[in-house]
Amino acid sequence: MHWLGAAGFSAMVSKIALAGTDEAAARINEITGGAEGDDALIILDLPEIAENGNAVKVAFDIDSPMTEENYVKAVHILADGNPEPEVATFNFSPAMGACYATTRMRLSKTQKVYVVAAFSDGSYGSASATVKVTIGGCGG
Amino acid sequence: MAKVKPRVKVPKTADAGEIIEIKTLISHPMHSGRAVDGDGNLVPRQIIHSFRASFNGKLVMSVDLKPSVSANPFFTFPFKATASGTFDFIWIEDGGKEYTKSKKISIG
Repeated sequence: MHWLGAAGFSAMVSKIALAGTDEAAARINEITGGAEGDDALIILDLPEIAENGNAVKVAFDIDSPMTEENYVKAVHILADGNPEPEVATFNFSPAMGACYATTRMRLSKTQKVYVVAAFSDGSYGSASATVKVTIGGCGG
Repeated sequence: MAKVKPRVKVPKTADAGEIIEIKTLISHPMHSGRAVDGDGNLVPRQIIHSFRASFNGKLVMSVDLKPSVSANPFFTFPFKATASGTFDFIWIEDGGKEYTKSKKISIG
């Protein structure tokens, strides 16, 4: 994938991950309704170590045809060690033609980051990775 | 507060059916409501909580942002260019203030 930085760390996971803290796990359960994960391929690009927790790049790429019949409806980003586990929710449409996005988030400390994808057929997929944070990014 | 300024990068032209990349950035402090200022006072929450991208009036994608999104929220995402037209981007701040930006693309 052209946008995956050479320095990035990529993780490929396909099952709904329920490890993590209770709050993040509870929120993921709420999103998925406890549904089992699909074997959809989600590539999550996160740094292994973030020196500055104020701006940690997060990118994901999901294998989807993005047609009216089969597309990714939403992607939730959660961080289990932040004061609020939810970071952002992306709502997608078939008009995009592909399913990927990049943003930057705050991480208060070393923690696990989850990406949960909701597909148009009602199934879900997720990926997660741990980011080591040297200087936290949530307060003063 | 520093001036809030939205910026967007969209190619001016594309081939029909080409998947282009859109980059958006808005300069905004994204006050999380958890940080304190120099005098030890809590800075109240003031974030961009919503972003929407539309093409020719139809919603392409949107993002719900929480305080964990970094200052100066930045997004990249794809779009399949099939016709010439106009993109409209809107960022909504706590309190309802809206910031907008438009970009045109021509096909062929």
